[in-house]
Amino acid sequence: MIRFDNVSKSYPKQNRPALRDVSLEIEKGEFVFLVGSSGSGKSTFLRLLLREERATHGQVHVLGKDLARLSNWKVPHMRRQLGTVFQDFRLLPNKTVAENVAFALEVIGKPRGEIRKAVPQVLELVGLGGKEQRMPGELSGGEQQRVAIARAFVNRPRLLIADEPTGNLDPQTSVGIMKLLDRINRTGTTVIMATHDQQIVDQMRKRVIELEQGRLVRDQSRGVYGYQH
Amino acid sequence: MRAQFVMSEIGVGLRRNLTMTFAVIVSVALSLALFGGSLLMREQVGTMKGYWYDKVNVSIYLCNKNDAQSQGGACAKGAVTEDQKKEIKADLEKMPVVQSVQFETADEAFKHYKEQFGNSPIVPFLTPDQMQEAFRVKLKDPAKYRVVSSAFSQRPGVQEVEDQRKTLEPLLNLLNGMNLAALGVMALMLVVALMLIINTVRVSAFSRRRETGIMRLVGASSFYIQTPFIMEAAFAGLLGAGLACVLLVSVQYFLVNNWLAHQIDVIQFIGWDAVFAKMPLVIAIGLLMPALAAFVALRKYLKV
Repeated sequence: MIRFDNVSKSYPKQNRPALRDVSLEIEKGEFVFLVGSSGSGKSTFLRLLLREERATHGQVHVLGKDLARLSNWKVPHMRRQLGTVFQDFRLLPNKTVAENVAFALEVIGKPRGEIRKAVPQVLELVGLGGKEQRMPGELSGGEQQRVAIARAFVNRPRLLIADEPTGNLDPQTSVGIMKLLDRINRTGTTVIMATHDQQIVDQMRKRVIELEQGRLVRDQSRGVYGYQH
Repeated sequence: MRAQFVMSEIGVGLRRNLTMTFAVIVSVALSLALFGGSLLMREQVGTMKGYWYDKVNVSIYLCNKNDAQSQGGACAKGAVTEDQKKEIKADLEKMPVVQSVQFETADEAFKHYKEQFGNSPIVPFLTPDQMQEAFRVKLKDPAKYRVVSSAFSQRPGVQEVEDQRKTLEPLLNLLNGMNLAALGVMALMLVVALMLIINTVRVSAFSRRRETGIMRLVGASSFYIQTPFIMEAAFAGLLGAGLACVLLVSVQYFLVNNWLAHQIDVIQFIGWDAVFAKMPLVIAIGLLMPALAAFVALRKYLKV
């Protein structure tokens, strides 16, 4: 599903590379935590997966495709098979919950009938049944993140990328979000989640990949958070 | 692509930047009106050239008795003789550039002069024998005036060879100069319009960065992301082009047809068909130029 072969990434005007010689493989259906202190290269790792950036050295394969050789105009099609969730939700404040989720399908040209069917379904799945017509501002942080997850999952992606999805939420709400991500993972979707939340990582006991100063320092199945920050 | 979605995006975008959109529309309208106006002006100068060049002649003025007495120079050898006249006429008719030759007697010249300058104070003092006889020569190509001039200006009995086209030239030059000035102002307005469009796109892209960011993440094609911006600019440009057409029509109606045509009747002014013929071009440019500018601006201001 995902393979990194000796991947390095340096940004111009920075002498220290953001990623150094990272090699790893993630199988279909896995749930992976990506941990590391700020500046360790987590964000760069995720940006490489989304092909927001290209690797300076080495090869990144996502969904069987070598991203270095993927031409620009094919990138949108590749991204349709990925779902993304962020710490800051990134919802459109002037659209209702249902419209926010529908937006993701509209802009990739899905037919209206399909959208009308898929949106209530996925909102039900994330536990927001009955809140279709609410505005994001009326919802709690946890509920907003559920909308974002619904939007990321409505197109049934094969890979869900979550960048600190619980970063803005209290521990109790975070547990709810983690249960939801776990449920999505059980449908066969690969989940990669960057996080700073020690409790969650220790509870879930999933594979843990730790980066430190751009290097892969730990890759442990059923791991724990494992370091103090 | 869902048309309804695109249309609503365009509406939202245009309303969000109402002042900027207005500025784009006005500057596009002005530059296109100047563009259309200058095209029409060129056509006007063209028709005037065609109309007048057709009428003007090369005149070969012949010496009369008065000239021979009062002036030295070309007529020092006395008034033109019948033999000289015959010779000149025969030589003129032999020249390949000459289309037709007409002889104007002093009486005819007197009559024409009275017609043209009837209210001049010197008319009462003129008599027919003060007028000059002349050959009115029509050339196949009015620009070949020099051939006639060099062949006849030194002939005995010839006072002067005059190209009437020369008297028209300053007027035509003035019109061409005005045309160039209009083109210069147009170029300036066009630059202003382009900068406004680029700035509008930048503001628009910034105020919609949330939407476009999400579109990018969920895999909307760059075509889908960029289209609303480009359509927005094209729509504003179209409104500007429409306004430019209205301006052209009103200038033709109020200034040319209802005023100038009454004031100056020796000029044949261009008609509605010429005005309407320019409109498709004006509209096409009004549509494409802003769209292209927006497309270029998006490459800089919108990551896709």
